[in-house]
Amino acid sequence: MKVSLFIPCFVDQFYPQVGVSMAQVLERLGCEVDYPPGQTCCGQPPFNSGYWNEARAVAGHSLKTFAKSEIIVSASGSCGTMMKVFYPELFKDTEQEFEARKIAPKVHEFSEFLVNILGVRDVGAKFSGTATFHDGCHGLRELGIKREPRELLKHVRGLELVEMAEAETCCGFGGTFSVKFPSISTAMGEVKCDSIAETRAEYVISNDSSCLMQIQGLLDRRGQKARCLHLAEILAQT
Amino acid sequence: MTAYAREFKRMAARYTSDLRHRGLIQRALKGYETKRDEYKGRYQNWSEARQAASEIKWEAINHLDRHLAEFITKIEARGTRVFVAGTGAQARDYIVGVAKQNRVRSIIKSKSMTAEEIGLNEALEHAGCTVFESDLGEFIVQLRREKPYHLVFPAMHLTRDEISRLFHDELGSEPTDSPEELTMIARRVMRKNYCAADMGISGANFAVAETGMISITENEGNARLSTSLPKIHIALVGIEKIVPRLEDLALFLPMLATAGAGQPLTCYNTLYGGPRQPGECDGPEQFHVVLLDNRRTELLADPEQRDALHCIRCGACLNVCPIFRNVGGHAYGTTYQGPIGSVITPHLRGLQDWKHLSASSSLCGACTEACPVGIDLHHHLLQNRRNAARERPSLSEKILYAGFVFIMRHPVLYRLSTRLAPVFFPLHRLVKGTFFDPLRAWTQTRDLPVPARQSFHAYWNDKMSNRKARHGGN
Amino acid sequence: MAATDQRNEVFARIREALRVPAPHRHAAPAHDAAPAPNDGPPASDAFRAWLPAVGPSLNDQLVMFAFNCNQLRTELRTLASLDEAAAQLALLARENNWRQIASHRHPLVLPLAEKLALPTLLTDDGYAIPDLERCHAAITGCDALVAQTGSILVSSGSAGGRALSVLPPHHVVIAQRSQLVPDLAAALALARERYAPNWPSFLSFITGPSRTGDIERILVLGAHGPKQLTVLIVP
Ligand code: SF4
Repeated sequence: MKVSLFIPCFVDQFYPQVGVSMAQVLERLGCEVDYPPGQTCCGQPPFNSGYWNEARAVAGHSLKTFAKSEIIVSASGSCGTMMKVFYPELFKDTEQEFEARKIAPKVHEFSEFLVNILGVRDVGAKFSGTATFHDGCHGLRELGIKREPRELLKHVRGLELVEMAEAETCCGFGGTFSVKFPSISTAMGEVKCDSIAETRAEYVISNDSSCLMQIQGLLDRRGQKARCLHLAEILAQT
Repeated sequence: MTAYAREFKRMAARYTSDLRHRGLIQRALKGYETKRDEYKGRYQNWSEARQAASEIKWEAINHLDRHLAEFITKIEARGTRVFVAGTGAQARDYIVGVAKQNRVRSIIKSKSMTAEEIGLNEALEHAGCTVFESDLGEFIVQLRREKPYHLVFPAMHLTRDEISRLFHDELGSEPTDSPEELTMIARRVMRKNYCAADMGISGANFAVAETGMISITENEGNARLSTSLPKIHIALVGIEKIVPRLEDLALFLPMLATAGAGQPLTCYNTLYGGPRQPGECDGPEQFHVVLLDNRRTELLADPEQRDALHCIRCGACLNVCPIFRNVGGHAYGTTYQGPIGSVITPHLRGLQDWKHLSASSSLCGACTEACPVGIDLHHHLLQNRRNAARERPSLSEKILYAGFVFIMRHPVLYRLSTRLAPVFFPLHRLVKGTFFDPLRAWTQTRDLPVPARQSFHAYWNDKMSNRKARHGGN
Repeated sequence: MAATDQRNEVFARIREALRVPAPHRHAAPAHDAAPAPNDGPPASDAFRAWLPAVGPSLNDQLVMFAFNCNQLRTELRTLASLDEAAAQLALLARENNWRQIASHRHPLVLPLAEKLALPTLLTDDGYAIPDLERCHAAITGCDALVAQTGSILVSSGSAGGRALSVLPPHHVVIAQRSQLVPDLAAALALARERYAPNWPSFLSFITGPSRTGDIERILVLGAHGPKQLTVLIVP
């Protein structure tokens, strides 16, 4: 199966290991992985701030970048949501509406792609430690992904998954929200970190690096020991 | 930034740093969640029920003219006086007029957010009437001269100690730490007021078009007393409260209770179809229904967000909202707090003044998931942001995004920028968290990730050229 | 009156606003297109499949009603005869030290209330509020009992007016077994059959004794209405 990686800008820059791991897992499962060159950002920051013309300019670039891809697998549930759910709305009644509608069904979040399209649950990964899973809101509520990452993690040898009480509660990142309303964003993150602490897990796993940036930033500042890892990073361990 | 936005930020900073307050709200709402899940679990199919509720409200709102006209005809036929108010001021004037004409001095009021919306108490007090809030929570915040904290739980921000002190100071009661005794103190005070009141004022949860009745949902019995004993009953009802058929209540009443309060059904669900009818032994001689527009038609005129009028004010979206749970109800500065308030306040009170509430969301969607009538709340926040930026863009954001677009549309520039980040990062340490830090909003409370030495696209390029080299070598 | 009705203006605004149709955003795929004119939203028969399940037999429903009463802290007594009901009432009167009660002229209720031989206020012909307030208990009839929710449907006619069932601190309802209906939809349908189009001005579903959670979300019974609610089911 031919699969195009969509590595959003901040993953590219801060968490390249996530992309590397995704490519490894997908190749191990027999996919032919490519990385359409020239990809930058999905356009979410201006979109979420209300600047839709600017968002269209950036998103239009992504539409072109991925025009030839058959399947697009995103490293972030949030950026995947942008393409899958919001592009059709963003481009409604514009010339690119057709392309936006065409690309939407091709976009998959990583865990959902593995479980629902490739039909794998056990990717043969080994990882020792206790971990808790954070549901990124976009993945959870816009894409309906809840079961898939857990199925995958259940099959990782040596990994013990402990659910936290606030697994479905927003971590408080919310893109530009995190810097426009830092006090609220931080308070939300603290609720999350307290819930993580209760589980005594060594690792916090998520399918969204943006949430993990917020959570790790707070964990570090609060002196909590837990480490954040993207699901792909776990699945790549053999 | 408008004064309202500045005030919101100030209050939000204050409340989020009050850990005691946050703990209190979160504990209270945890209890709600447990109960809600228990009762939701008894439904055979909550999501189908929700879908149906959404469709019924769609029908009611999208044929509002027809249903409202039917409601008016039917309820007037039983001797009710209906007044249609275009604005809050008209509604206030009418109600004050009725009070004056009947020489009303003492008014007993049961909980009504719509009355809050139009500042009814102030207007009545100004006209020389005394207004007693009879709902326990409302009674408490009235004694504190505060606004309700939550659509459904007006005094949830207070502990029993605070309430005991308040009752001691204002009512002269003995201090107690028993919620039961505190409730009985309020009960005794209120009993006198019911019996002496000349007029009762209520809101309504639903207005049934087909039979011409209003429906009031409550737990305490205060609304029933306020509408049974005084000679005059005035109900202030938003025009969006319509449901088409009587039997629709068989769906809405339990859903309202379960979604909003974690109850299977609220204690009293009462239908009022007129003043005392011939052959009846009690009830008010006069029954007035004031139907309020107050810019609801503006929301109606926006097909994209028209479904916000489906709201049955259950409060579920507040209860699950992580913003509400951390800043609390008073930070909003609006009549309607939480997600629904952030969606509709810009329509009711001006987009530019209230757009900050739409910006103040992580768009997590917990509200939309919880809403029993399926209002697309978090997407409406996004639409408000778009409308606000379209109508009056901010210069700084315009410039910021112009630069952003330019870089993101030119992969070469984008790649260059990713090269620069690791260079600037060590420099950033020097200013991190200080006033000079451009990333201060983040770094004050959170650490920044370290940019990787090699970005993913650089890694991929290497990988591909290695692969080619290998293949070439063969 | 203070101001003139803005009826026409508001209606004009509503009609103007509705000229652009709104999408059925949450409709299931089958309903995706705007519905045909006669294809309205689902009716109450359909609700039954989604709301909490109610068993089909009378016995199932009695069990469910009892379960709900228990959760709501409504006292329920199922009695084998009217004599037993009278004895039960006498017991309640002794236990709770009733010295005066209120009731209304209801063929099932009044004879039982009279057997108590206590000073009894009847609300049927009007009453003074302070007199009713002094009563220790109100004994009323009802229109229906609802198994699904543990509710009692009352109206101005069936329960002696609006205040009788809410002002005294103890409300006792006398109901016949045959008055039990499965759910709210059935109760509303029954009310429709009994009253429409001459509806009473007051109909209420009473679901447990009066309660509040306004102080720290802790449940307290008897906020403003009755602290005690007793249902006596007679054959
Ligand atoms: S928007 Fe929905 S959840 Fe929020 S109060 Fe209204 S009905 Fe309840």
